[in-house]
Amino acid sequence: MSKSYRGPIVCTIVAVAVAAAFGTAYAMRDKSASNTSITAVGSTALQPLVEAAGEEYAKDNLGTFINVQGGGTGTGLSQVSQGAVDIGNSDVFAEEKEGINAKKLVDHQVAVVGIAPLLNKKNGIKNLTTKQLTAVFTGKVTNWKEVGGNDQKIVIINRAAGSGTRATFEKWGLHGAQSIEAQEQDSSGMVRSIVATTPGAISYAAFGYIDNSVVAGSVNGIKPTKQNVVAGKYAIWSYEHVYTNGTPTKPVAQFLKYLTSKKIQSTLVPKLGYISIHDMKISRDVNGQVTKK
Amino acid sequence: MDNITKKLMQRSESTRKDTFGRVVSLTALILIGVVVVAIFAFVLSRGLSTFFKDGVNVKDFLFGTTWNPSVTNPATKQPYVGALPMIIGSFLVTFLAAIVATPFAIGTALFMTEIAQKRGAKIMQPIIELLVGIPSVVYGFIGLTVVVPFIRTITSGSGFGILSGTIVLFVMILPTITSMTVDTLKSVPRYYRESALAIGATRWQMIYKVILRAATPGIMTAIVFGMARAFGEALAVQMVIGNAALMPTGLTTPASTLTSVLTMGIGNTVMGSLQNDVLWTLAMILLLMSLVFNLIVRAIGRRGAMK
Amino acid sequence: MNAKTADKIATGVIYAISSIVALILFAMLGFILVRGVPHLSWHFLTSPARAFEAGGGIGIQLFNSFYLLILAMLISFPIALGAAIYLNEYAQKNRFTAIIRTAIEILSSLPSVVVGLFGFLLFVVQFKLGFSILSGAIALTLFNLPLLTRSIETSLAQIPDLQREAGAALGLSRWETVLHVILPAAVPSIVTGVVLSAGRVFGEAAALIYTAGQSAPALNFADWNPFNISSPLNPMRPAETLAVHIWKINSEGIMPDLNAVSAGASAVLIIVVLLFNFSARKLGMKLYKKLTSA
Repeated sequence: MSKSYRGPIVCTIVAVAVAAAFGTAYAMRDKSASNTSITAVGSTALQPLVEAAGEEYAKDNLGTFINVQGGGTGTGLSQVSQGAVDIGNSDVFAEEKEGINAKKLVDHQVAVVGIAPLLNKKNGIKNLTTKQLTAVFTGKVTNWKEVGGNDQKIVIINRAAGSGTRATFEKWGLHGAQSIEAQEQDSSGMVRSIVATTPGAISYAAFGYIDNSVVAGSVNGIKPTKQNVVAGKYAIWSYEHVYTNGTPTKPVAQFLKYLTSKKIQSTLVPKLGYISIHDMKISRDVNGQVTKK
Repeated sequence: MDNITKKLMQRSESTRKDTFGRVVSLTALILIGVVVVAIFAFVLSRGLSTFFKDGVNVKDFLFGTTWNPSVTNPATKQPYVGALPMIIGSFLVTFLAAIVATPFAIGTALFMTEIAQKRGAKIMQPIIELLVGIPSVVYGFIGLTVVVPFIRTITSGSGFGILSGTIVLFVMILPTITSMTVDTLKSVPRYYRESALAIGATRWQMIYKVILRAATPGIMTAIVFGMARAFGEALAVQMVIGNAALMPTGLTTPASTLTSVLTMGIGNTVMGSLQNDVLWTLAMILLLMSLVFNLIVRAIGRRGAMK
Repeated sequence: MNAKTADKIATGVIYAISSIVALILFAMLGFILVRGVPHLSWHFLTSPARAFEAGGGIGIQLFNSFYLLILAMLISFPIALGAAIYLNEYAQKNRFTAIIRTAIEILSSLPSVVVGLFGFLLFVVQFKLGFSILSGAIALTLFNLPLLTRSIETSLAQIPDLQREAGAALGLSRWETVLHVILPAAVPSIVTGVVLSAGRVFGEAAALIYTAGQSAPALNFADWNPFNISSPLNPMRPAETLAVHIWKINSEGIMPDLNAVSAGASAVLIIVVLLFNFSARKLGMKLYKKLTSA
């Protein structure tokens, strides 16, 4: 008989021991550390910046924990408008996204990102007018020689439908025209390597991804550089937005202030390939209205 | 006396334990059932809202050839949500991968069970299990760095497309089909082989005329399982297929599958909007297809059992 | 063509096919290892990842992968074991069992993206678990359950009925037979099955992207109190695993040594899966010897 009780007794002892261990751990937990936790979800393009800034911020503000997730602009905006997270990262204005009630959301612009057309070196093209760019992406021209390049078939590589980069490029590079259906890639690094290795290829990516494996084409004769964006000459750029649901709470507001502080804007922002919000000599609203600062 | 009556009338210790065991194990089983039902209910409710809430015509969805949910068709006042390109893309890579993988799988399985039982099993078994264990991200990584550039050099296109997808999926479903085929071949009774050999058949005649015939339902099941896996694979395919929601015109032009469109788009759309709902409808098609694959397996099993 | 020649040709073809399959595997392993192993170092394996500078490692991701794996196994193993016991020992051939079996099959062929999204909407959003190890572990459980149940059931089915009859003849109830006769005999192959499925869980990415999250906050490895937010053991913290890390840096990575990190991480992933496979084999054999020799 004694043997058959051994199992239950051992089980009980183990259970009690585990419970006791957890109890002690709970009692001994670092009460000061888990004070505030800010969760940010959204754009994968903005994720590294907020993440890196969050780490720096946590170092200076012990007890604050910044939790940054990707998931895409759509996820970020819908989560923040439902109040499920504190911060929604977005590549586009909330007004531009269907299904979002933008009135509830407060926009905080934290950086500017410029987008350049990327071309394969064999295309023989260094400059395109907006008209030509539109003709290329809407399929009206199919060979580079028609726009002054080499005799090479045009291969279009798009970004994922609904992605911020594509929305910006179509709005400012193609005058709002829709690109024809073509192959889509959802990452900038991938787009660059495909363009670099495929003769005839054209795509677009943020300035940070430009390197000498591809040609970064000028648009209307204006080079895609930070100076041209800042001065308002080069039009294909967008803000990186951080949205909060209503006025941010105090810890969130503090973190947002840190994001736009001189320290972050002059170190992390350029390092990650963005343009600082403070350098901009112009500003642009959701309808594309440009005003001098 | 009273004591004995009592003992006899009562449920014994063993019966109690047995009931306990039955209840515990049944609970676990029902839990799994509940999870499946929950996933079904959930995906169906999301997926069907495309048709009920957003009023998309089922026919337009299944047979339309233009996929661009954020643009409205001026003629019908409905967004372009023709999912046919992705449905065809999914079926195409699945069938092609299964067609390529099947001879390889059967050959390998025969090698392990009939030709070189001892050695074959010793070498090939770990290889098959390793192939199962390689994560799909790694398959995608290899597809991207080896398969796509290779296709690009031998054909004119960009390298992305159905062909690359097929090659990656072929390697991914090979172990599934092989190991299930091995199981079926092993379950063919020994005396089938002995009788065939006894009447003077060569080994190949025995394999071809007896064993493969006897194992056909099992092999079919294995192939369908492999296809189910190929149909649902997401990350690896997405990395190599090119993701263009166009009707496939050739094996080397970019195409897309249900899974690739789903993974690419789900983060960029807003929950509850039409663009998001149609993606859930794609997920629903995936779910229903895995149900169909299972029904096929079941039907094959029943026909095999009747013989 | 005479039968003998046909036999020879067929044998040759089968040999060729098997060699090709073996070659494919070795080529893939070789490719991953040759590209990745040169980047491995103690520093790479232990230091945290860096978003935009060279010299980052995969230490936290590696830890997360293992922790998540253990939690997922802790949840899924008892359920799978129970379900498998019922299916193999108690279930009659009736409609209910058939439906449940179909349910398990469907769960196993479910695309892991769908599992991940389900987990995201239900656990992360609805139950407010957030992007956390716990959400990830539950999603992995859903992904793992059908595989594990099937493999345990196969292990149990391999035990000859003779053993069950012997148990019954001794007056043991069915449950006691299972507990004291069938399970011990099946342990070696159950262990093999568990370790093999662990390998698959370890490499899973699609189910985790939206549940365990894509960020790996710094951890304090001196703090093992699971209630502290920076403790490695805290189940409520977001945790990017190795497989997710590979996926993420391949799609949005901007560090200069991206190729090196992704090749190195892939190599580590493959090596761990290889280790799982070999240890499953070794462990299974060892247990089998130990349990059958006594």
